[in-house]
Amino acid sequence: MAKIRYIQAVEAAMREEMDRDPNVFVMGLDVEAGMSGTTVGMVKDYGKKRVIDTPLSELGYTGLGVGAAMAGLRPIIENDINSLQYLTMEQLVNQAGKLRYMTGGQVNIPLTVRIVASGGGGGMAAQHSDSTYAQLIHMGMKVVVPATPYDAKGLIKQAIREDDPVVIYEPGACYGVRGEVPDEEYTIPLGEADIKHEGTDVTVVAVGHLVNEAVKVAKNLEKEGISVEVVDPRTLFPLDTDTILKSVEKTGHLVVVDDGYRFCSFASEVAAIVADEAFESLKAPIKRVTRPQVPVPYSKVIEMSVLPGKDQIQSTILSLIKQKQNG
Amino acid sequence: MTLSLEEKRNLLEGMLMIRRFDERAATLVDEGEVTGEVHQYIGQEAVAVGISSVIRKDDAITSNHRGHGHVLAKGGDVNLMMAELGGRTTGYCKGKGGSMHITSLDLGIYGTNGMVGQGVPIALGAAFANNFKGNDNVTITYFGEGASNEGAVHESMNMAAIWKLPLIFVCENNQYAVSFNAKDSTSVENIAERGKGYGIPSIVVDGMDVFAVREAAKEAVQRARNGEGPTLIECKTYRYFGHFAGEPHVLKKPYRTDEEIESHRQNDPIERLKRHLVEEGVDEVEFAEMEAKVHEIIEDGVVFMKESPRPTLEAALEDAYAVEHKTMPVKGWA
Repeated sequence: MAKIRYIQAVEAAMREEMDRDPNVFVMGLDVEAGMSGTTVGMVKDYGKKRVIDTPLSELGYTGLGVGAAMAGLRPIIENDINSLQYLTMEQLVNQAGKLRYMTGGQVNIPLTVRIVASGGGGGMAAQHSDSTYAQLIHMGMKVVVPATPYDAKGLIKQAIREDDPVVIYEPGACYGVRGEVPDEEYTIPLGEADIKHEGTDVTVVAVGHLVNEAVKVAKNLEKEGISVEVVDPRTLFPLDTDTILKSVEKTGHLVVVDDGYRFCSFASEVAAIVADEAFESLKAPIKRVTRPQVPVPYSKVIEMSVLPGKDQIQSTILSLIKQKQNG
Repeated sequence: MTLSLEEKRNLLEGMLMIRRFDERAATLVDEGEVTGEVHQYIGQEAVAVGISSVIRKDDAITSNHRGHGHVLAKGGDVNLMMAELGGRTTGYCKGKGGSMHITSLDLGIYGTNGMVGQGVPIALGAAFANNFKGNDNVTITYFGEGASNEGAVHESMNMAAIWKLPLIFVCENNQYAVSFNAKDSTSVENIAERGKGYGIPSIVVDGMDVFAVREAAKEAVQRARNGEGPTLIECKTYRYFGHFAGEPHVLKKPYRTDEEIESHRQNDPIERLKRHLVEEGVDEVEFAEMEAKVHEIIEDGVVFMKESPRPTLEAALEDAYAVEHKTMPVKGWA
């Protein structure tokens, strides 16, 4: 068991899969130079044939990934800015996401797309600060958002092996997180949630870096006698609804925390599922902690004011508990 | 030109098959047997047949919304195509794709495609994979002059050129993107100029002349197999009918004159090849026999389609994913 940083877990996952399967290659902007920090030195070890710098042609190289995957390769496409996704949507959603169905199950598309440094908080202003996963789960794409080094390594390895397109969001705020990763090989199946902190009073379902923030809040509130259960879905689609529903049945309270914008967010979907399927367990309204419906501003103080974090999670939990006590 | 008479007959039969198939497909829309629409390839047959005459089964193609001709020329089975158009389980895509999405990896058909220009980067990926595997297969990507205004096409040309991929860009310039004339939509007279802009050897050929297309393709295929990179072949051609078969029903104002259409019909690729074959001694009886054979294959296809089952309702929720997880499929209502 070694303690490594998230960014190292990402690289280790790719390297292990490249060692295991000669059909895996990684492609994207500045991967040779390792600008994202996840492909450093790879070109030396795997050669330019498997570590490929692309021109600024996001739509085109995503389509290349679709065609190469149809031809039996296992491409990993790295998008080193979260919002590059917008440029790739046609190939990602309308081609990769639909062609298996449209061909009657004839073709598998084992394409992995990694969104490096997803989310805001880096002082990059609105166009570089999005968490874009809600767009893809709406369209039925398999989407993974690992919060810890352990999850990142196991889920990325599984994503590369999965015979469907999988998009992995690696929140920028997670890259420095350290955590235990086993020495022996492992993968984590898609569609399985993980309870990151057990509790009995409130369920918090959080995504990505906000899982780690929610765990901090849970530890804080423990001291005040409030018991928070933090559920990390890890895969946003397919979603492990059982674990979420079971937790809500136990606590009767739900806060969903999501770095996306409010409307049609992942948080909205979880709220809807719980309202549909566990209405009678709920002792209070479901609360969402999301971004507001405005772009992310540049200036630091207002930038942080629109991004959900520890304070918003804690105050939302407390407002629910207060209702409970008053009730 | 070293084609035998037999090979020339095959070219004619290939073109005839496409023409009659698409004529029949349009009547099937009118009869309500085919839902949605079909985009007829009629007038452009020399392109697909000429190109396919110089490639192998293990070579790949990607195609577009007007793809029946490309599929037939690449060896597509009429029965399975008709069944797909009719939304039957026996179709190439089990009735889930329809006219615009016929795919057969076994035949190297990486999909016709409903989104303009978007088959091109997929072909780039197929060519990339061949290069990666180190084989000598080539990939053909068919697209129109309208698609040549799409970013995906430009991006793909650049990448194919910098990596010298075995990809042949076949631009079928039929002069209209739905109703929009190429003269008004496109900054250059010849799409081939765009290939040159990316350092790709690019030529313009008469797309109504199957021999000319074939000769150009032969050279491009050789270059690609030798690892010398992509080629762009612009085929000047013309579609005789509307953008889709039902166009006359919705068109308020014609965008082409009857005279214009007629002037291109004078240059018909099938009639031109027939005239050539007559000079070589083929007579009307043989043409009639060929017509009868094609007719029979197509009508057999229609019967096959009509006798084939439609999908069960359960099938609607199948095939989207290779790996289904425990909460899938997700239904739309309880």
